[in-house]
Amino acid sequence: MVEAGRAVKMYRPGTFREAVEIRAEYNTIPLAGGTDLMVKYRKPAGVLPFFTRPVEFIGHLNELKYTEKGIEVLRIGAGVNLSEILKNPDIPGSLKEAASQIAAPGIRNMATIGGNICNASPAGDMLPALYCLDASLLLAGKNGLREVLLSDFITGPGKNSLRGDELLKEIYFPLRHYDKIYYRKVGTRMANSLSRLSFTGLVKWNGKIISDIRIALGAVAPVVVRSREIEKEIIGRSSAEVSGITDEILLSYKKLLHPINDQRASAVYREQTALKILKEFLEHRIRL
Amino acid sequence: MKEYNPKEIRFIVNGKRVTVKAHPLTRLLDVLREDLKLTGVKEGCGEGECGACSVLLNGRLVNSCIIPVGSVDGMEVETIEGYRKSKKYSVIEDSFAEESAVQCGFCTPGFVMAAEALLSKNPAPTEAEIREGISGNLCRCTGYDPIVKGIKRASEKGKGLW
Repeated sequence: MVEAGRAVKMYRPGTFREAVEIRAEYNTIPLAGGTDLMVKYRKPAGVLPFFTRPVEFIGHLNELKYTEKGIEVLRIGAGVNLSEILKNPDIPGSLKEAASQIAAPGIRNMATIGGNICNASPAGDMLPALYCLDASLLLAGKNGLREVLLSDFITGPGKNSLRGDELLKEIYFPLRHYDKIYYRKVGTRMANSLSRLSFTGLVKWNGKIISDIRIALGAVAPVVVRSREIEKEIIGRSSAEVSGITDEILLSYKKLLHPINDQRASAVYREQTALKILKEFLEHRIRL
Repeated sequence: MKEYNPKEIRFIVNGKRVTVKAHPLTRLLDVLREDLKLTGVKEGCGEGECGACSVLLNGRLVNSCIIPVGSVDGMEVETIEGYRKSKKYSVIEDSFAEESAVQCGFCTPGFVMAAEALLSKNPAPTEAEIREGISGNLCRCTGYDPIVKGIKRASEKGKGLW
């Protein structure tokens, strides 16, 4: 009974290698969990979703569903879903915090970490945590593998630098311990809301001195905001010293925020709220 | 590379093998309601926000409105029509009735499937865990408290079942 819509060509590779070949040959839209794509291309009830290019299913590929904890690096297959991330004891708390506030159980059972990255939404909630962790990506193309920093991969709202013959295979990052994790998501309801903005802050202390700090803000600019320069200004200081320069830090971040007005929040709201959360973090949440 | 253009998509629904003729991007929800006449699965929002279309896919809660049928090829789907034949269902049914957890009833099949998904993983959930378990389901009648109490009651009455 489902007619109308556009019946694009479909592919269902048996292996990841085949998936890459299909992608290279037919310029397909890869569909893993489909939780973003099926909404993006949806049509009224009973009408086929209107995909614009051939589609290949990749969500069934077990080759993309692995987590590998090495001595220094954690590797996560692009097809690992958010529920699996929450259950996995090897995955750092900062990623779990972000995953736990995405959507609801039914969607987390389908939605993949790879999809959240490739979708490249400014409001993609896994992204700030992954930026803080210095995540890199392993991309597989017809001529082999390529590595790229996540922060170089995402180039704008909904835009990434995935080439026409490539698929995301793996996300990896160095394993480090942080003493404090602070995550805030601002949305309209607890479940199933897209972020008005989100914030991840990580801190490591060496005695009374901050030995590492990572700060990333989502949905307040075309891509996630993270500044190593400002972080360097904070590292090496005590909490009393940080209190002394909080206003300067806020001002430095303010210059990096370029939020938009949309149906979820105004630009003014986003900027003010982001700075308030940052202030809360610096004044009250960084201490052990 | 060979196109995926199956004349029939095969999977299991409520314990029975089914074959359907549909484009692989057809929503699982449409196949369940229109081809298989399983109209206990409801369409509310059609974009994964309300949970009225909730079913179990290989035992996990999912929103059938945003799943293309081609991606469930070979998998196992359970809808309210299959689940209602179980003892667990009758415990949930009684508990929902006793707590007045149903008013118009449109969201109820989705809530029942979410309750089963929760209890199967966590047979004695706290109130917070229940609220998390049903966080993807909207109800515009009850204000949720009776549903939360209904699931709590089911977990107590059905002790040992899950």
